Amino acid sequence: MKILVLGAGRVGTSVVSNLAQESYDVVVVDTNPEILRDLRDRFDIATITGNAAHPPILEKAGAATADLVVAVTSDDETNMLACQISHALFRVPKKIARIRAIEYTRHPGLFGADGVTVDVVISPEQIISDFISSLLAYPGASQVLDFADGRVRLVSVRAIQGGPLVTHPIRDLHRHMSRVHARITAVFRRGRAIVPTGDMVIEPGDEVFFVASKAEIKAVMGELRGWDRPYKRIMFAGGGHIGKRVAKALEHRFQVKMIEKLPVRARKVAEDLDNTVVLVGDAADRDLLLNENIENVDVFCAITNDDQANILSAMLAKKLGARRVISLINRPAYAELVERNLVDLVISPQEATIGSLLRHVRRGDVVQVHSLRRGASEAIEAVAHGCPGRSKVVGRTIERLKLPEGVVPGVLVRGKEVIQAHHDTIIEENDHIIMFLLDKKLIPAVEKLFAPLPARAA
Amino acid sequence: MKSVIQVRVVLRIIGALLGFFSITMLPPLGVSWFYHDGAHMPFLLAFVIIMLAGLGLWWPFRHAHHELRVRDGFLVVALFWIILGLTGAVPFSFSRNPHMSLTDAVFESVSGLTTTGATVISNLDRLPPSILYYRQQLQWLGGMGIVVLAVAVLPLLRVGGMQLYRAETPGPMKDNKLTPRIAETAKALWGVYVSLTIACALCFWSAGMSLFDAIGHAFSTIATGGFSTHDASLGFFHNSAIETVSVVFMIISGINFALHFEILRQRRPGIYRMDSEVKVYLGLLLLLALLVAAYLWGKTGMAPVDALHYGLFYLASFMTTTGFTNVAYTEWPAFVQVLLIFSAFVGGCAGSTAGGLKVIRVMLLYKQGIREILRLIHPQAEIPVKVGRLSVPPRVVEAVWGFFSLYVVSFALIMVLMMAAGLDQVTAFSAVATSLNNLGPGLGEVAPGFMTVPDMVKWLACVAMLLGRLEIFTLLVLLTPAYWKS
Repeated sequence: MKILVLGAGRVGTSVVSNLAQESYDVVVVDTNPEILRDLRDRFDIATITGNAAHPPILEKAGAATADLVVAVTSDDETNMLACQISHALFRVPKKIARIRAIEYTRHPGLFGADGVTVDVVISPEQIISDFISSLLAYPGASQVLDFADGRVRLVSVRAIQGGPLVTHPIRDLHRHMSRVHARITAVFRRGRAIVPTGDMVIEPGDEVFFVASKAEIKAVMGELRGWDRPYKRIMFAGGGHIGKRVAKALEHRFQVKMIEKLPVRARKVAEDLDNTVVLVGDAADRDLLLNENIENVDVFCAITNDDQANILSAMLAKKLGARRVISLINRPAYAELVERNLVDLVISPQEATIGSLLRHVRRGDVVQVHSLRRGASEAIEAVAHGCPGRSKVVGRTIERLKLPEGVVPGVLVRGKEVIQAHHDTIIEENDHIIMFLLDKKLIPAVEKLFAPLPARAA
Repeated sequence: MKSVIQVRVVLRIIGALLGFFSITMLPPLGVSWFYHDGAHMPFLLAFVIIMLAGLGLWWPFRHAHHELRVRDGFLVVALFWIILGLTGAVPFSFSRNPHMSLTDAVFESVSGLTTTGATVISNLDRLPPSILYYRQQLQWLGGMGIVVLAVAVLPLLRVGGMQLYRAETPGPMKDNKLTPRIAETAKALWGVYVSLTIACALCFWSAGMSLFDAIGHAFSTIATGGFSTHDASLGFFHNSAIETVSVVFMIISGINFALHFEILRQRRPGIYRMDSEVKVYLGLLLLLALLVAAYLWGKTGMAPVDALHYGLFYLASFMTTTGFTNVAYTEWPAFVQVLLIFSAFVGGCAGSTAGGLKVIRVMLLYKQGIREILRLIHPQAEIPVKVGRLSVPPRVVEAVWGFFSLYVVSFALIMVLMMAAGLDQVTAFSAVATSLNNLGPGLGEVAPGFMTVPDMVKWLACVAMLLGRLEIFTLLVLLTPAYWKS
């Protein structure tokens, strides 16, 4: 599969690093030759220097034979135009564009065969702000990821002493909650993955991933952590695109304060928000934080686009008494450095956004992908197609699926119903199966399993 | 040396406007002829005099086709309103019944044109119909603004019409034209104005007024003036249907006419609910009406239904600065009287025919106050002043503060001068409040009208009424030395 990546910024680079390792043919186009040289040194890819929206450049990059165009330059208009041109001149089958401006994304009718020929619009800022919003809905959660249009969610939490299930075998979950559909899909103990079995005992400090229907999440979290007081007061450091969107989504549910350094930007944000106190100043200014009662803040969330500033302000907020501090960190090296010791939670923008791209790259009817643990693991939602006898999944029980070692089935979604994946559950056509892949290397095997079979092959 | 003001252009336009105004002497002439009331001479004379004056100003400069500048706009409007006040007095001073001094004639004319509705004439019921009609018509012309009407009708004002429109239309934000062309905007506003007047007249007529009274009171209601054709104002009719009609139309006239136009154009009454100024205006009006009703009920033992009726009627009448009355509110507790006068300070919405500070300005002042309190709590917060969901440009907020300070200064100055002329404090306070807010009725000596006060007070009231109608800036800008310097 040949993929054209237009733009080698943060998103572009993270796409390239994910795809190049997975045996796709990747060509990257950017105007900056130095960034391209650097990428070429790190990955096995081809690069073209030039404006991504110019037909000769696209032609040189091999658009005529490409299967997918991913337009992620910093410029919305370039991205849209590049997709349009790829369609008109080169008939590229699938085109994904990053579009930031709400002014465009507000009109879904704009995109499609009759309008701008973009098949998939992604907005990293929107994805990250959705990620943060859903995280804040569940106090104590480190990740909350949607599957099956939000009917099912994958949640990761750290088990702590006091949770009724902690120091008990996993099997007890069903004793505590009889009709629960939730399923613990992975446990990481001291960084090491363990495939959970019914007898396994959860220890305090374990990082537990579970899949549950939306209504059950709070109860399962309670099993693992006891009762977490709901969040009320939230402070954001940074009023950029992400900050503004998250604040807008949350300002009527929480008491939201936002610190923004640039007065002009602060004014703009304050005008667009209705119920948020926008403060002008440095988020690492001790006096400002104290004046604004940092000790009563439930969540301090540093989301500027500067890693160092985020780390510093989050550490300071933690020291001054904020209950939970979250920091947005782009560089993986920093993330590993500070997570757990200095800040409570690190959000990696690449990890949060790459999934929405990967799901369009994956084969075999994979409809949703979330990248986990810095890209080492993945959670996917696949659809079972075909009829018994013509598919490797439909008509079989979970037990007989021949799932590779390290792939843990979570739950099934059949129509609107959420079904727990027991060993004897029979998979029907159009079931959505949510699976946890401990290792990314298992992806091709799962893709193959769910690929529609040619007639009479099975 | 080239003059700062383009005198020739200004005079030419004022001449044209005067000629235009002279035509408005013809309808009362028709009324006089129809009723054979024998009062036709004053109007005929006024028509000829004003027409000649207009021609005299226009003819020498008829070729002065320079573009009107912002400064000239102020001068034209301010000067024209002053001249209008004087020339509008011509029929009064020529008439035999009522026989009026020059001061009284000018006062009556200015009071009508500025839609104040305070009168110096007693025994209205015995006046000839033509004079009564003329008084009502003055208010109607002044309500939407005779200059705006001229911009709509006279092609020679097409160029520079925006400057005139801006100088005459009330409200802090005036640059939002309804249509791309200013003449079309002026036509649209007058279209709404005329339609509302016709609707109001029909309602009054069917509620039991004579056609003459219905038209006269419709003029007065839609312009939020307050002149009546009877001494007892609306109380003359003893008819609750008529009072209900007047309440409804007074409230409508207190709403931005641009909004009425949008609703007629888009046929979506929901727009009213989306406009935050209208929401505050109606909310405040209802709240105060209930307060007044509750107080009247509790303190004077009035029946609850009557209390509610009077509360609503008086709030609609005072807050929209119309000034109709039906029972003697001066016998009510002082609290209610002062509350009613204060509601006139708020006034109606910007872009309506009502006077006062305007609801939007009061909202902005209030929000500014809240903002200062929030700033004390969060010293580093960036807090925009918002109306609805949109933030108001700092420039507008500053202008509102400027307006408010000049308003307060003008108020204090005129009140002190009136007291110097011999009024007691309550009378002086209410006389300034009623003139500056273009309300009409006052308290104390001026409760029934300005008949008994010294001439000096009448002239001061005229100044206050013009200041109120032209929203202070247009008039005061001419008094600053900076205006006359290049």
